[in-house]
Amino acid sequence: MKKKQHIASRALRAAFPKTLPILAGFLFLGFSYGMYMNVSGFSFLYPLFMSLLVFAGSVEFVAVSMLLGAFDPVQALLMTIMINARHLFYGISMLDKYRGVDKKKKPYLIFGLCDETFSINYTAVIPEGIDRGWFYFFVTLLNQIYWVGGATLGGLFGSVIPFETEGLDFVMTALFVVIFLDQWMKEKNHFSSLTGLAVSLICLLIFGSDHFMIPAMISILLLLTLLQKPLGKAGEPA
Amino acid sequence: MTTNQQIITIAMVILGTMLTRFLPFLLFPAGKKTPKYIQYLGKVLPAAVFGLLVIYCVKDVSVLQGNHGIPEILAIALTAGLHLWKKNMFLSIAAGTLFYMALVQFVF
Repeated sequence: MKKKQHIASRALRAAFPKTLPILAGFLFLGFSYGMYMNVSGFSFLYPLFMSLLVFAGSVEFVAVSMLLGAFDPVQALLMTIMINARHLFYGISMLDKYRGVDKKKKPYLIFGLCDETFSINYTAVIPEGIDRGWFYFFVTLLNQIYWVGGATLGGLFGSVIPFETEGLDFVMTALFVVIFLDQWMKEKNHFSSLTGLAVSLICLLIFGSDHFMIPAMISILLLLTLLQKPLGKAGEPA
Repeated sequence: MTTNQQIITIAMVILGTMLTRFLPFLLFPAGKKTPKYIQYLGKVLPAAVFGLLVIYCVKDVSVLQGNHGIPEILAIALTAGLHLWKKNMFLSIAAGTLFYMALVQFVF
């Protein structure tokens, strides 16, 4: 028992510093999200439970407009799957790394595989002698604590914040612009990035803001599938 | 929307999110090789998805009416410029958002 505690606490000490950027980012973004729910008329229980049970920032923001709109569970499900479709590829990328993790921790690691947790756990160089499973576990857990904490605080105190919040929802746009650019600076060719932007914009102009997501996703998938040969070669090794 | 409808909507969001997170691990269990096509998609799709999400964020901006999307264009330019320059996620997001809030509250 004592030995197990020792292994866990060593992993926690190795994991915590890696999550510090996320601590700052998630408290800010989580608070903004909680506040956004608050100013949209929801109790703090909404951001608390959403951040706890969904733990996917972008779709939690989008869910605010779903909850304010007409009741359409099928659309909510499809929209969520489309917005979060990228998780499929995080999962595919983590298949190998999470392979050896014990059965108790693995479901939580998969549950908590958000953009930021994926980035850290995928890129982290875990020091010799640190248990990988516990390391992944604490990165995931700490990130979720920051997010839930920020969202709940925002939901609680969003309404007593003594400044005007109009325009706060831009934080979501800024987040995706930044994620897009991070990807842009990393990649060798920009075909996929440009496809995503251009195809989505064209579909938005053709189908309108309420119906462009599905055609855009299908068009992107088709285009990238057709270009598997040239892009598959150009893209490797990353 | 009633409370029950809200709960169902949130349940759908949870279900959809968990599907996207668990599916790869269910489809490609430990010990089996991932198909080439899936590996390829895993490599190229994320970039396109981020582009899609940027467009999703500005989908309700009208360039023909109101303030013609000028605050959005300026704030995105600032966010992107800062990020390409300093590569600091929090700085870019905070500055871009505060600038946008200032624009829509005081200028437009």
